Parts: sequence; C-alpha cells; structure tokens
Amino acid sequence: MSEQVVPPDLERLLQAVVVREARLLDEQRLDEWDCLFADDGVYWLPASSSAQDPRLEASHLYDDRMLRRVHIERLRSAHAHSQQPAGRCHHLLQTPEVVEADLVGGIFGLRTAFLYTELRAGRTVTLPGVAHHRLRRAASGFLIVLKRVDLLHAGEALPAVEFYI
Amino acid sequence: MRGGLAAADLVRGDQVHRDLYLSAEVFALERARLFRRAWLFVGHDSQIPLAGNFITCELAGEPVLMLRREDASIVVLHNRCAHKGAPVVSGSAGQIARVLRCPYHGWTYATDGELMGMPLREGYDGTAFSESEASRGLTHWGEVAVHRGFVFARAESDGHDFRQSMGELIDALDLIADRSPVGRLRLAGGVLRTEIHANWKIYLENINDSVHPVTTHASATLSARAVWGTPPEGTETPLAMRQLLPFGSGYTFFEKMGGRVLPGGHSVLGTHQSLHTSYSALGDYGQSLRKAHGEERAERVLAFSPQNVVFYPTMALKGAPQVMRVLRPLAHNHTIIEAWAFQPEGAPDALLESALLYNRQVFSPLSLVAHDDLHLFERIQKSLAAGPNPWVSLHREESRAKAELPRDVGGVDEALLRNQYAAWAELMSDRGPNTPGCRS
Repeated sequence: MSEQVVPPDLERLLQAVVVREARLLDEQRLDEWDCLFADDGVYWLPASSSAQDPRLEASHLYDDRMLRRVHIERLRSAHAHSQQPAGRCHHLLQTPEVVEADLVGGIFGLRTAFLYTELRAGRTVTLPGVAHHRLRRAASGFLIVLKRVDLLHAGEALPAVEFYI
Repeated sequence: MRGGLAAADLVRGDQVHRDLYLSAEVFALERARLFRRAWLFVGHDSQIPLAGNFITCELAGEPVLMLRREDASIVVLHNRCAHKGAPVVSGSAGQIARVLRCPYHGWTYATDGELMGMPLREGYDGTAFSESEASRGLTHWGEVAVHRGFVFARAESDGHDFRQSMGELIDALDLIADRSPVGRLRLAGGVLRTEIHANWKIYLENINDSVHPVTTHASATLSARAVWGTPPEGTETPLAMRQLLPFGSGYTFFEKMGGRVLPGGHSVLGTHQSLHTSYSALGDYGQSLRKAHGEERAERVLAFSPQNVVFYPTMALKGAPQVMRVLRPLAHNHTIIEAWAFQPEGAPDALLESALLYNRQVFSPLSLVAHDDLHLFERIQKSLAAGPNPWVSLHREESRAKAELPRDVGGVDEALLRNQYAAWAELMSDRGPNTPGCRS
C-alpha cells in the first residue's frame, strides 16, 4: 500500500483524468483528448526509460499542441495509406497511483501501469509500460502538463505504432 | 536459386526480379557473398571511446563485437568463444576488464582475440589442441577501416582497398565530420530502432527515391500545412515545421535536387539542393566554422546538405541535420532500421537537438512521416508476389543509347537505383570455387 498523499475525494478526481484520457484515445475522440492538455502541455515518449532531457536525448515522440494537431489531422487524412483500413487501439490501465502532490501549487503526479494494444492492417501490437501524468489544477478542473510514457520496450526495435499510447 | 541460377540473371539493368526481395535463398546468398564482400558500416568510434569499450552487432548474420584496444586501434571479432561457441560478451555495449573472458568456462582472450588461457590447462597437454581451430582464439570478422570515426569492416577482399572502394564517399565523410569546428563527430542522444517486415532493399531503394514523397507523404505534409496555415507575415516558422513542410515539395523540386551515381552502388542524392537546404545554417555556428576551417572550406561544409549519401549496402547519412540510418538485415522479409544522431564536437547543442527532432519526426516508428512508408514497405513485401510479371521497373530516365550509367543525374532519375542493382549483381557474382556459400 502506498502512502496516502492526497484526500480520497481529490485522489478520485485525479484518477478520473487519467482514466478519461485513455478512454478518449481508445474512442478516437482526439480533439477532446487534446483539450485535456494545458496550452503548454507535452506528450513525451522517450526512447529510454532513463531519459531526462528531451532536447538532447532520443525520443519517439515529444509533441506539443502543434505537433499533436498535425498527428491528429494525419490520422484523419484521406491520404493516410496506413490507416486504410482504419486501425484501433485499446488501453488496459492499472489503478492510477498519486505519487506526487503539491496541494498549494496545485501540481500532482500520477503513475499508471498499462498494457497498450493496437490493431492495424490485420496486425496486433501489444506494448506494456508505465504512464506518468503531471496534472495542474485549472479553473475547469485538471489539465495535463506532461504525459510521459515509459515503454518496457522503449529502447528496442519497435514496429510502426500510429496512435498515441 | 537452386540448380545454379546465377544472381546476375535476376538483374537486367532496367528491371530486377522479385526474388531479390521475396526469396529466402537469395537472402542466404547475400549473406554468403554480398555482405561479406562489401565494406559494411559497423559503428562509430565515439561509441567506444576508451580501451576495453565494445559494442555488439551482427554482420552478414554473424554476431560480432567491435572493440577498442589498448593502443586505441579497433578490431571486429566474432563474438563466439573458441571453446563451445558461447558469446564472450553480452549486451549491446559494455566494457571488458583487461581481457575478454568467456562467462561459460572462463577461457580468456587478449583484445586481438589471441587465446591467453583457460582453467585446467594441463588437461590439454598431450592432446592435439594446439593444432585445432579452437587454439586460434577469437577470430577476426574481417579487415577494419576507420575514417573520421566511421568504422567499416569487410570479410573478403576483392583487391581494392577501403579508399578505392569508397571513392568520393571519403569526401562526403570529411564534409560531414567538418561540421564540427574540431573535425570530430560524436554519436549522441541514443538510437531509434524500427522493425519492419520487409526486405532491406525496399528500404534502401527508398533512400534514393525522391519521387515517392509527393504521394506517399501527402498525409503528413497536407496535415502539417493545414495546422500551420498562413500565419501573419513575420511569424517565425518553428524548426519542427521547417523540417516537415518541405516534404510537400513537388516533382520539379525533386528533379532539380540532382544526384550523383558512384561506383559500388554508392550515391549522393541532393547534390544541388535538398529538403534540408533551408535549415543547414544556425546562427553563430557558421562563424565558428569559418574560424576553424577557413572561409572556403566552411562554405563548402555548410553548402553540403544532401538529401542522402548512400554507403552501399547498409548505411546512409544526411549532412544537415547530422543523422545516420543503418540497415540491419535479419531475413529476406525482416529488417531493423537504426536512426542515429551526431553531435559535431565544439558545435552548439542546437545541432544535436535538430538531428534528434528530425529523427523523431521522420524516422521514429511512431512518427507521422514514417507511418505511410513503413506500411507500404510491408505491403510491398506481400503484394509483389502477385501476378505473372516478376519484374520491378527501374526504367525512369534510362538512356538506351548508353551502356554505362551516367555520373550526374536529375534527382528523380532511377539511375541511382540501377546503380544499386549493378553493384548487387557484381557483389553476388560467382567468383569461383573458393566462394563460400555456393556449394550446390
């Protein structure tokens, strides 16, 4: 049992953001998904679980809003050959654990183990990993400042993965 | 290939047979001939800066280690204990203690592979061990050549030395290394690896193919354009967009890009311009290069921003950004692609940052540019088997009048591909009874 770092009501609210985020990805509600991020929010998938500096270390993705928008547009593009037929994805999450809480500053960290599955062009890819969400309290609830995805296979050769994990 | 079919029959100059991509037998012969006769890129010496540092990889299907010796020289040894065949080192990189020691029965080797000792040595007294293959220790995979930190190895010599085989590519390595004011590159930031279920040559052809972006990459470039839109005049275009938007260039741009056909299957694509031309100079960096190399050399270095320099058969470099792709063929239908980034020593971090951004935008298996490429490569591996026509066309801009390949060509001339396959046929040819792998 981990130490309780936030009151149970708050914990449930924070966990709900992580669960909703995965659901929006799986349902391909990508505009709503992108709106979960703060304006300065970043999606990061490093090529090594020990990576510290996205500027000077290799990543598979380090997407700000602009690049997320391009990625989302592309998935919908009639020219996206690899999405003919369209693929689908599925997140299986473990209970998100609140691992960091700054109640005054309104910053919270959650750790969520997951199993990601993508089905595309008749092929299934399954990737286990841990997602680290950093959330910031905002007027509308909580916004994602950083989603960092540490894949078990981050440093291995990966097949094409088209959706956000 | 059974029944002594010659590899050369599969290459017609303007067409190649689909067995080049689909046949496991052809791949076995490539391992026995082509990958043993060509200078293969092994690694960069910045991966093994200190004595005892090693990396491991496979060359022509054989596990090897590239090791830095005490005198700073580099050897490429079979990673196979002479005793029972265990790997003497494990992992993709590491550091040996003073000697190489097999983890299985403790046999030890000097860094040149010489057998130094083993437990219970007296048990070999009076045996024929000293005349056996095992007594020779760890064998060298082949001869090794290093230029500006790039380490190449070749298992079988054809009489031409490294410089002869590389020709103008030596200049390309010099120009890329001189992107550093102190003339040294360092592999930095880590590697992105992609697994594709397709033949390595489908990928290699694509590196020389400047016709495909218009159609293949339309999804990425149209999306980038839609998102970037038409911002107010004076808005600075972020580097991410400056890297993505040029993929949407038209056929005329690619035609004017220019290419150079070099002996041995090598080539330079983008001799006049490339998708990378507009982001090669970065602030004060140009000034520091002029100071280090002189005005004239610095201008040449900065002007050299080819789309791709192909080191046939398994490596390709870009000049700006400083990125390298290495093909690791595993089977006729299975290849791993590595994308590396260089930090030119003494240059601003912005250069490494730009290279890493490029790799994740274009070469990561999660990148939006790679998606359509990878999908098509894997589909080609299946669909190529369809239909009565076994030939793949390489006719574009071929001149029937000339028997020899031209040297300087337009960027969309398939001479670059015909050149790859001329080298393929030559490296696959039957060179007589001593050629390994041709017992049939």
